[in-house]
Amino acid sequence: MSTVATLNKASPLDALQRWLPKLVLAPSMLIVLVGFYGYILWTFVLSFTNSSFMPSYKWVGFAQYARLMDNDRWWVASKNLLLFGGMFIAISLVVGVLLAVLLDQRIRREGFIRTIYLYPMALSMIVTGTAWKWLLNPGLGLDKMLRDWGWEGFRLDWLVDPDRVVYCLVIAAVWQASGFVMALFLAGLRSVDQSIIRAAQVDGASLPSIYLRIVLPSLRPVFFSALMILAHIAIKSFDLVAAMTAGGPGYASDLPAMFMYSFTFSRGQMGLGSASAILMLGAILSILVPYLYSELRNKRHD
Amino acid sequence: MATLELRNVNKSYGNGLPDTLKSIELSIDSGEFLILVGPSGCGKSTLMNCIAGLEQISGGAILVDDADISGMSPKDRDIAMVFQSYALYPTMNVRDNIAFGLKMRKMPAAAIDEEVARVAKLLQIEHLLTRKPGQLSGGQQQRVAMGRALARRPKIYLFDEPLSNLDAKLRVEMRTEIKLMHQRLKTTTVYVTHDQIEAMTLGDKVAVMKDGLIQQFGTPQQIYNDPANLFVASFIGSPPMNFIPLRLQRKDGRLLALLDSGQARCELPLGFNVPGLEDREVILGIRPEQIALAPAHANGLPSIRAEVQITEPTGPDLLVFVTLNQTKVCCRLAPDVPTQVGDTLTLQFDPARVLLFDAASGERLGVVAPVQEGKDNVAQFKGR
Amino acid sequence: MTSSLVPRSLSFSRLAIYSTLILACALYLIPLIVMLLTSFKSPEDIRTGNLLSWPEVITSIGWIKAWETVGGYFWNSVKITVPAVVISTLLGALNGYVLSMWRFRGSQLFFGLLLFGCFLPFQTVLLPASFTLGKLGLASTTTGLVLVHIVYGLAFTTLFFRNYYCSVPQALVSAARLDGAGFFTIFGRILLPMSVPIIMVCLIWQFTQIWNDFLFGVVFASGDAQPITVALNNLVNTSTGVKEYNVDMAAAMIAGLPTLLVYVLAGKYFLRGLTAGAVKG
Repeated sequence: MSTVATLNKASPLDALQRWLPKLVLAPSMLIVLVGFYGYILWTFVLSFTNSSFMPSYKWVGFAQYARLMDNDRWWVASKNLLLFGGMFIAISLVVGVLLAVLLDQRIRREGFIRTIYLYPMALSMIVTGTAWKWLLNPGLGLDKMLRDWGWEGFRLDWLVDPDRVVYCLVIAAVWQASGFVMALFLAGLRSVDQSIIRAAQVDGASLPSIYLRIVLPSLRPVFFSALMILAHIAIKSFDLVAAMTAGGPGYASDLPAMFMYSFTFSRGQMGLGSASAILMLGAILSILVPYLYSELRNKRHD
Repeated sequence: MATLELRNVNKSYGNGLPDTLKSIELSIDSGEFLILVGPSGCGKSTLMNCIAGLEQISGGAILVDDADISGMSPKDRDIAMVFQSYALYPTMNVRDNIAFGLKMRKMPAAAIDEEVARVAKLLQIEHLLTRKPGQLSGGQQQRVAMGRALARRPKIYLFDEPLSNLDAKLRVEMRTEIKLMHQRLKTTTVYVTHDQIEAMTLGDKVAVMKDGLIQQFGTPQQIYNDPANLFVASFIGSPPMNFIPLRLQRKDGRLLALLDSGQARCELPLGFNVPGLEDREVILGIRPEQIALAPAHANGLPSIRAEVQITEPTGPDLLVFVTLNQTKVCCRLAPDVPTQVGDTLTLQFDPARVLLFDAASGERLGVVAPVQEGKDNVAQFKGR
Repeated sequence: MTSSLVPRSLSFSRLAIYSTLILACALYLIPLIVMLLTSFKSPEDIRTGNLLSWPEVITSIGWIKAWETVGGYFWNSVKITVPAVVISTLLGALNGYVLSMWRFRGSQLFFGLLLFGCFLPFQTVLLPASFTLGKLGLASTTTGLVLVHIVYGLAFTTLFFRNYYCSVPQALVSAARLDGAGFFTIFGRILLPMSVPIIMVCLIWQFTQIWNDFLFGVVFASGDAQPITVALNNLVNTSTGVKEYNVDMAAAMIAGLPTLLVYVLAGKYFLRGLTAGAVKG
């Protein structure tokens, strides 16, 4: 090869330009590595120690997890999560889908109605909890109103009934999130290919059966996204319980997030609290991993 | 105005992936128009990005005016590019789009205004200068994209499939305009396309690429008449070259290709004589326009009778499909040939123009008969 | 899918659809109406009337008392929300820009790691984060909360911008590079001007998230640094003294009004934020 005039010398400024993307991302990378994964690991370590009011690093193996399994309150919180989560997700989905389908029927003032359904999502769970705590107030809330309106025998004291208090959480959470499910599904319905529906019409299918057999099944991805988000809200639910019941009466309406908070920060049992946080992470992962796996697999199929 | 030379350019993304570019060797003179053509995924766009500096090469050298630029950042290479999607800055109006590169190069405002005016006049987009790209038609956006490149007065222009987003009519118009522009400005240009008509009409030189390799590099005429292998022969030309698989025989010392239409047989003597080709599986390549109707009086060229199976009038031509050696063969005849499906036609071939390829490797076989020798034949042969 | 097959005449099914939708509207609106009515009633009025009864006398005493109690915390929330929203959006925009236009080896892996942050149950990071804030001397300060909100908002803001910029042709950046523009020039002159919609989405998303946050507020702030959600919760769940429901409701309205206002004014972007977040998280 002949000798060639070399212009390869990059100026320092060029070298900086080449490094800039990495430099810009570096702080965020540090934040993610430390603030996300480092802290998770830290909490994980704490869950194997006997930390109480202050962190201590005396290794106690799975003792905290064993204590957690023996803790009656943890089991109530976990069962409540299943009950609350299950009902909250199911009802929100049903209500959301129903409203979306109804709103899809060339409704006048659709935008206005949609705005009403969705506004609770803009509120803090604390505000929602405060409002519903008042609405469900035994003696002054809906309880009294319906009796005032002539329903003499009406009683609504679920908020102080240990067996029914979880339903109060469900009602408030559904009120807040079902409009969001509606919005997701309405967007999904609008993206369904019109020609498929025309074809089904030509084939003589009725409107309800077009929705049930063709339109809704084609919204599977929307369904799974909604399910993911609702499950995520349910597992992280803390503010709603704090505002509505503070876990009570007793600890009848405790949820794992509430359990973790009160043991870690009020009762000074950091080790136990950390163990409960790690189990919550496990619960999220057990939903997230299959979901992401199927998402990725579907992408590969596309 | 600059020469461009690629020496043994390699591009690899690692991770055990096959190399995207393999030992690319190309060289064009100042002012020449080079076409990189090939199917999608052949590496032509990667090669263009490497020349622009948008991607780093893994090995080799890129020389502009004999100086290696492969380590330089894109802005220092003095190269302008027209993108397939035009890549006009959506929030800037046409004037700012054209002026952006000049501003970045710290050109004085007065000079920028002058340059924008010159380019706008050249491309007849003066009335569009205050519009945003979103308000322009595809053809207008195309002009602005070219204007942005022209304003910079770079050493080299790169065009990355600039016409593929236009409709058919506009594409032909813009093709002519690009050619005119190049004839006027005489700037070295590299033009990537997958359209073999653009490749043939625009280029001074054409590089046909496939799988990161240059299959053939030459003038459009060389590529068309003298393709290096089966791939090049099949890629260039529309309708494409016919490929008839057969076995060669040797009779009286000459190589013969045996054709069979079902109705008749024909021994086609080949114009060259290479030992060792007999009894081998080969592919005979013949372009549709090199098959003609046999004249009423014999002219010494081999001919064969065959049944017409499909006719496709295209306007200027009549494409007639017959079957030879169980292969569908397209013949390009004059539009006034009175024929219809089921007719039997007597067709003849010019043995000098027939090409041979190895069935296994696709490589060209035999020596090419020089085009000049067959000239008289071809003229007569066209038979219009 | 707006069905063209529905007959436009007022059939029985049309009537059923409209009544269901209007009934649902009422159910969604009742809590808000009750809050407003209660907040303007006097305590006696609350005891004698019911949730939906019109106030005997409209009084703003509840609002005045509520503002006296939570007003200071309202400004805390403002002090926390504004810088946290602006900084996390800016960082998210830069991250999204790098992750879409300047990918390098490992950047995709980083994006995957970051995405998980959208799902992260914050309970798993509360303790280490509070230790860290303590070490930094930021425990129980609004500055500490700003920091926490920036860190844990990063996943969503980055996701918003990264997805938005992925739909912008890479050729735009290539063209600008050939034109001689550098990293920040391309970002500032070409990408940011075309990002107005996603900036709105991100700002509104972050605003509602941070304003409505309770967990970080209750864990990392105490006393004078508390955000309004924590103050509201303290007010509502206090067990001392006579319950003043009109004050509770007025305080809840004060806590909810900023986000409600944003929702009414920019509902389009709010919804886009929710659904954009839904696509991946």
